[in-house]
Amino acid sequence: MGYRSNLEKVLSEKGFAVTAEIGPPKGSDPNKIREKGEILRGCADAFNVTDNQTAVVRMSSMAGCCILLDVGLEPVMQMACRDRNRIALQSDVLGAAAVGVRNILCVTGDHQCFGNHPSSKGVYDLDSVQLIQIIKNMRDKGVFQSDDKISFGKPEVFIGAAANPFADPCELLVDHLEKKIRAGAEFIQTQSIFNLDKFVSWMDEVRSRGLDKRVHIIAGVTPLKSLKMAERMKFHVPGVDVPDDIFNRIKNSNDQMKEGYNVSLELIDEIKRIKGVHGLHITALFWENIIPSLVKESGIYPRV
Amino acid sequence: MIITKQKELNDLLNRIGSGSVFIVGCSECATVCHTGGKEEVLAMKDVLEKKGVNVVGWVVLEPACNLNNDKRLLKSYVEELDKADKVLVLACGTGVQTVSEVVAKDVIAGTDTLFLGEIKRANEFEKRCVACGVCEQDFFEGFCPVSRCPKSMLNGPCGGSVNGKCEVNQDMDCVWSKIFDRLKEKGLLHKLGEIVEPKDWSNSVCIDRGI
Repeated sequence: MGYRSNLEKVLSEKGFAVTAEIGPPKGSDPNKIREKGEILRGCADAFNVTDNQTAVVRMSSMAGCCILLDVGLEPVMQMACRDRNRIALQSDVLGAAAVGVRNILCVTGDHQCFGNHPSSKGVYDLDSVQLIQIIKNMRDKGVFQSDDKISFGKPEVFIGAAANPFADPCELLVDHLEKKIRAGAEFIQTQSIFNLDKFVSWMDEVRSRGLDKRVHIIAGVTPLKSLKMAERMKFHVPGVDVPDDIFNRIKNSNDQMKEGYNVSLELIDEIKRIKGVHGLHITALFWENIIPSLVKESGIYPRV
Repeated sequence: MIITKQKELNDLLNRIGSGSVFIVGCSECATVCHTGGKEEVLAMKDVLEKKGVNVVGWVVLEPACNLNNDKRLLKSYVEELDKADKVLVLACGTGVQTVSEVVAKDVIAGTDTLFLGEIKRANEFEKRCVACGVCEQDFFEGFCPVSRCPKSMLNGPCGGSVNGKCEVNQDMDCVWSKIFDRLKEKGLLHKLGEIVEPKDWSNSVCIDRGI
C-alpha cells in the first residue's frame, strides 16, 4: 500500500511512531534548524515544525520544513489559523506539497495577545476543524474551499490535528476529537501529558467509541527542564494540566533537571502501554538535546 | 448599542491644538454610554475651557449618524461653526463621518468606537456583535461565537478556557461554555457534532455591499 509519508507508514505498519518538535529560530539562520535536526536524527520518525508558536514571530514553518527536507528529515508542517485567511492557508498547502512536505498538522493557534505582537490583528478566518476539512477536500476531491477546482496536482498530505485531553468542558473533549476525525484528521498529537489519570480516562472514552481505530493517537510528552518551566506550564500555559504531585517532585528536588527528566521517563513508560496510543510526540522546549537519551532509555530508539 | 469610550483628555488637547472648538454630541448610543450626551458635552466644554481652549458652541445631534437631521440641526449653528477651527465629535465612528459630510472643518473623533454591545449595568458593556452580515446565532443557541470568541471559533471551544472563563480575559465568559451549558440543558449536545462550514464573509460590512 502506498503511504503519503514515512509517518503514515510507521503508524500504519508498526503501530507506534515517535515525533519530535523542532521550533524554528527567532531569526533567519538556517543552521539553527539543521543543528536541532542533527541532534534529533534517528530519534523520531518525523519532526514537527511549529508555526509561530505562542504567537511569537519566528522563521516560517514552511521554510523550516524545507531546511529539514534538504537534510533528509521528514517534517510535519504545523499550520495555525491565526495569521492567514483561507486564501493564504490553501496556497501554503499547495506550496508545501510542492516542495515535498507530506504531513500537515492543523491548529487554530495561540491567541496573539500572548505573543510578542499583542497589538496585531488576529485573522481566524477558519478554525482548525474547517482547515482539516478543507485540506482533505483539496487532497481527495481536488477542490478548494470555494468549490473551485485544483488544476495541477492535488496536495498529497497526511493530515493531522491537535487534541487536548485536559481542556474545559471535559464532557466535550472526545466529541471534539471525533469531530476532527470526521473532518479528516488521520493522526492526532495531544497536548503534553502530565496528568496521567485524566489521559487514561480520555483514552478509555476514545477506545469505547472505537476512535483509536479511526485515527492514530500520538501522545504528547514534555520534559520539564526546571522549576521555572514547571511553573510556567502549570500556571501560565492555557490548557496544560500539571498535577501537584509532579510539580512538587520537581520543586522539592535537589536536581530539578534530573527530576524533570525522570518524570518524563516514567510518563513515557506508562503512556506507551496504554491501549490505543500509537506514538509519542516529544516537545522539549529549549531542551531538544535531552530527547536522544529520553528515547534511548525509553526503549523506543532507534527510529529507522 | 454602539459602545464608545472617550479619548484621554491629553490626547484630545493634542488633537485640538491651539484653535477654537465646536463640540458635537449624540442623543443615542453616546448618550447611553455617557461619552457624548448633553451632560458629557457640557462637562467637556467646561474642562476644555479650564485648559484654555476657546469653545465657541455645542450641540447634541439627534442622532449624529442621521445625515438629514445633522444638516437641519447644524444650520442653526452656522455662526458658531464659522468661528471654530475644529469640530470635536463625541459620537461613534459613524457619527464622526456623518458630521464630516456636513461640516467643512477639521473634525476630531472624541471617542474610540469599541463594539456593538450589551449594557450590563451603568458604564459596563460587553461585546455582542461584530456586524458580520449573516447572523447565525440560532445555530449557537442565541450566543454569537463570531463576536464573543476571540478566535471566532465555530466548531467548539479552543481548549484554553478555565472554569468557563476565556483564556484571553478571565473576566469574560467563554462563549462556548455558554453554548455548551445551554445545549446540555436541552439535551442537544449532539448538535455540536455537526461541522460548521467556514463563514461566508461576502455579506459582511467589511466589504462594500452597498446597502
